[in-house]
Amino acid sequence: MADEQLTTIEPMSLADIAQEQSDKSFTNREAVFEVKDLAVDYSGAIAIREVSLDVYKNSVTAFIGPSGCGKSTFIRCFNRMNDLVPGAHIHGDVLYHGKDLYAADVDPVEVRRRIGMVFQKPNPFPKSIYDNVAFGPRVLRLRGSLDERVEKGLRQAALWDEVKNRLKESALGLSGGQQQRLCIARCLAVEPDVILMDEPASALDPISTTRIEDLMHDLKREYTIVIVTHNMQQAARVADMTAFFSVDVAPDGNKRTGILVEYDRTSKIFTTPADKRTEDYVTGRFG
Amino acid sequence: MSASLKGGLFRLALLFSLGVGFLILGTLLVDVFKDGLPYLDRTLLTNPPSVDPKIAGARPAIIATLYIGGLLLLFTVPIGVFTAIYLEEYADKTRWYNRLLEINIQNLAAVPSIVYGILGLAFLVRGIGLGRVLLAGAMILTLLVLPTVIIASREALRAVPDSIRQGAYALGATQWQVVSRQVLPAAIPGIATGSILALSRAIGETAPLIMIGAVTYVAFDPTILGPFTALPIQIYQFVRLPQDEFKLLAAASIIVLLGILLTLNAFAIWIRNRYRRSW
Repeated sequence: MADEQLTTIEPMSLADIAQEQSDKSFTNREAVFEVKDLAVDYSGAIAIREVSLDVYKNSVTAFIGPSGCGKSTFIRCFNRMNDLVPGAHIHGDVLYHGKDLYAADVDPVEVRRRIGMVFQKPNPFPKSIYDNVAFGPRVLRLRGSLDERVEKGLRQAALWDEVKNRLKESALGLSGGQQQRLCIARCLAVEPDVILMDEPASALDPISTTRIEDLMHDLKREYTIVIVTHNMQQAARVADMTAFFSVDVAPDGNKRTGILVEYDRTSKIFTTPADKRTEDYVTGRFG
Repeated sequence: MSASLKGGLFRLALLFSLGVGFLILGTLLVDVFKDGLPYLDRTLLTNPPSVDPKIAGARPAIIATLYIGGLLLLFTVPIGVFTAIYLEEYADKTRWYNRLLEINIQNLAAVPSIVYGILGLAFLVRGIGLGRVLLAGAMILTLLVLPTVIIASREALRAVPDSIRQGAYALGATQWQVVSRQVLPAAIPGIATGSILALSRAIGETAPLIMIGAVTYVAFDPTILGPFTALPIQIYQFVRLPQDEFKLLAAASIIVLLGILLTLNAFAIWIRNRYRRSW
């Protein structure tokens, strides 16, 4: 769908949207993540390489780029979800508040407790709405009232009013957009530091998408958000910083690896990109 | 040939196949019920076998079959489910020993039951000296159905979408929490159905029990560590006797066995419907 839109949208409108984002300088903000020369391979096949970037606190950072550029692989390095993929190896450093996420003494379970994730396809557990949100606090044995945590999570995800009278009903009965907000509520209930979103709105209708985007604006006051998106307008609307990834095809045409082309303030990426490939992509000439 | 004619013929073929199955089952049931129904009374359920068909019953065999069924569930479900969880959730499938384990289990499911009987005789009855007791019978049937339970449980675990596991991991759950709180509960309907169907197959088994020496004439209530017979063996024993009445008694015993099996299957269907989930 994103590709269709590219042909009809004026390049400038993207830039206009991006310009609306406040042009604050982020480089003097505290870095939550510092990625240094990262590469990921799956049993030797390199998915992404030579990525270095910083993710700043209380901002929304978007990863954009064509399919197969490794942006989903990359975002899964931040909460060590790639550990669950047999054969996946991560090279280079990912520092989280200055500490190496992949150090031998770091427990991936503890990492995921601080760095939450929302997936592309809403994946509520086949349980009640309440039990979905309560799952995280329960497994982490968080103190305090479970009811309050559930309510707070649902309120923050702007879902409370829609579900408060049917908390005991199955989460599978919710609409797609509600399910995705439930997944966000579930993630917020464990009070993470960072929220990773892997194309959170790509399976949703435009109204649900808008609600999720509004949510991101609200949430970045308390959280640091990293989002992967196919939809450039979405990146332009929600992100403070944008990283453009592309596919590097080896001369023999067989090996395709993802590379980071450009990383800058969103307004810069969409108005005056430094790299020709970025310009081609955001103006719709490629991708 | 016109398309509608082809469609009609296809429908006819389907109905014919269905009819064959129904006809055979129907004939069997009518035949058994016609012979057995008059003998299906309290005598059959409460009396031990006797040389006099008027007072002969199948009480020890019925009790033994129920004991065996209970022990089977007790043995197969925990071992089978835990094995399945290991293979599906924990085992690194790139390791040769895990692949070997997997192939072995699939092959074991195809081993004829009489072979398990020989194993039971050599290993359980004589090897560790358990003797020709009910427990040995239950253990050998456990070995017989364990591969089936493992395979059914693995299917059920595999049917749980990976997105559920990922969602739980992403919230900071440990592997044990992911498995015990999300994957296993979601797989229970499949596991229960598979286990109960395997159990009902085991209850109808005769060959391995004969092999380990389940005696054909038991006039007292069985105990777990005593000699025993089972319903299928009792039926065989009735049929072999010269008086015609015993054949009718055999038919009545078949009705009891069918009743037990159908109850178990109905229970399996009930569990499946009760916990049916969609993603």
